Amino acid sequence: MIHAKDINERTPWQDLTPGGEIYEPGTARLFNTGTWRTNTPVFHEAACKHCMLCVPFCPDMAIPVQDGKRLDFDYMHCKGCGICENVCPFQAITMVSGGAPNE
Amino acid sequence: MSDRLSGNEAVAYALKQINPDVMGAFPITPSTEIPEYFAQAVADGEVNTEYVTVESEHSSMSVCIAAQAAGARAVCATSSAGLALMYELLYVAASCRLPITLACVNRALTGPININNDHSDSMGARDSGWIQIYAENNQEAYDNFLMAMPIGETPSVRLPVMTCMDGFITSHAVENIELLDTDVVRRFIGEYNPENYLLKKENPLAVGPYDVSPYYMEHKVLEAEAMKAAKARILEVAAEFERISGRRYGLFEEYRMEDAELALVLIGSTAGTAKAAVDKLREEGVKAGLVKIRVFRPFPGEEVARALAGTKAVAVMDKSEGFSANGGPLFAETRSALYDLKNRPYLIDIVYGLGGRDVKTEDIEKVFGRLANIAATGEIGPVYTHMGQRSKEENA
Repeated sequence: MIHAKDINERTPWQDLTPGGEIYEPGTARLFNTGTWRTNTPVFHEAACKHCMLCVPFCPDMAIPVQDGKRLDFDYMHCKGCGICENVCPFQAITMVSGGAPNE
Repeated sequence: MSDRLSGNEAVAYALKQINPDVMGAFPITPSTEIPEYFAQAVADGEVNTEYVTVESEHSSMSVCIAAQAAGARAVCATSSAGLALMYELLYVAASCRLPITLACVNRALTGPININNDHSDSMGARDSGWIQIYAENNQEAYDNFLMAMPIGETPSVRLPVMTCMDGFITSHAVENIELLDTDVVRRFIGEYNPENYLLKKENPLAVGPYDVSPYYMEHKVLEAEAMKAAKARILEVAAEFERISGRRYGLFEEYRMEDAELALVLIGSTAGTAKAAVDKLREEGVKAGLVKIRVFRPFPGEEVARALAGTKAVAVMDKSEGFSANGGPLFAETRSALYDLKNRPYLIDIVYGLGGRDVKTEDIEKVFGRLANIAATGEIGPVYTHMGQRSKEENA
């Protein structure tokens, strides 16, 4: 059985699954959608009160949380929609132009 | 066991013997009797099929797709506009590689609205990735339906199968028929055991995910390869079927083709009429023959070319228009298949029988008359014509 992690854009047709079937759950994790971003959120940790409002608003689950604190963005899955910046009451997130987080 | 059944009764009887897991049921003339008769078997407890009555053919095919993906054996029946309404789902079923079985009772497509037979419905679906097997008569409608699952469900194929018969002419005419014993049928069909399916708890499955352009083409090549592989499997299943039934099937039937100089290529019930005409012409010394296409998808191009290689003039008879302005779909396939021959016969296309327009042995004889003339003179005349319509011109 072929696993999603073993399939990429260089896989020949002979090694793909019939109908594109996927034989396991959660494979979106492997898919780098961060490249779709044209604007990028920047996290200002000092301003963040960890109210967690941004977390459920993120459509791509790109804000990881650990021990009650939000961490920096998961830039592999953040599509740069900017909803987090909009909902943050503390200006702890600002959007910058371009796909790279450090511009 | 000998019986007398209509084509629809024969398919409904096959369904009862197969006892499929799910039927997506929606009525449309002339296929209505198939779900109707089968509903009786469900109501009488003769089968344990989940009989899902839906609000459209779009839904009946959706039911089949969901059921087959879940791991069930799903069937349905339709005609004409019903098949057209399934169009989107036909592609989904084939591209998801779900071996659903559909009984298509061929009827003209609207408009003008018409309930009688031609092949415009299934010919419109010829590029949807479904295997298409056509019947000449009730016996073949029954036999083809029984062979559909062992063909489509084979792992190297995994494609849906459409078995087609001519609306009313075959679906409603009662003929003598040889039926197999139910236990023989069930042994022949076997259990449906797909390797992966939605209800398999060991590994969750995603069916029909979005395909970005770096993957879509590869999946289409896989599908195309499956259709190519289907040809050998169809012949294997036919050989297995011959062992239990004594009836032999190929990709097409060659009737008196061994030394034929003039030949017809056609599909479906007209073959019976054509065989009578061929017999009559043979008695008169005309070397006439017939190639009756049984499997249209995958199209047996090389095999048809070999069968026609020794002929002088061939008429393809299309029971659907196609509106290509260059001949019907069977003509397009046949002419393409003949291209690789060193010595090609003259080839014409005759579109006939649309919307239930009758075709008689005299009509077929006229076609052979035209072929004889072409073979004798080398003058092919108009390549693509219609037959049977009222016209101000003679010899239409």
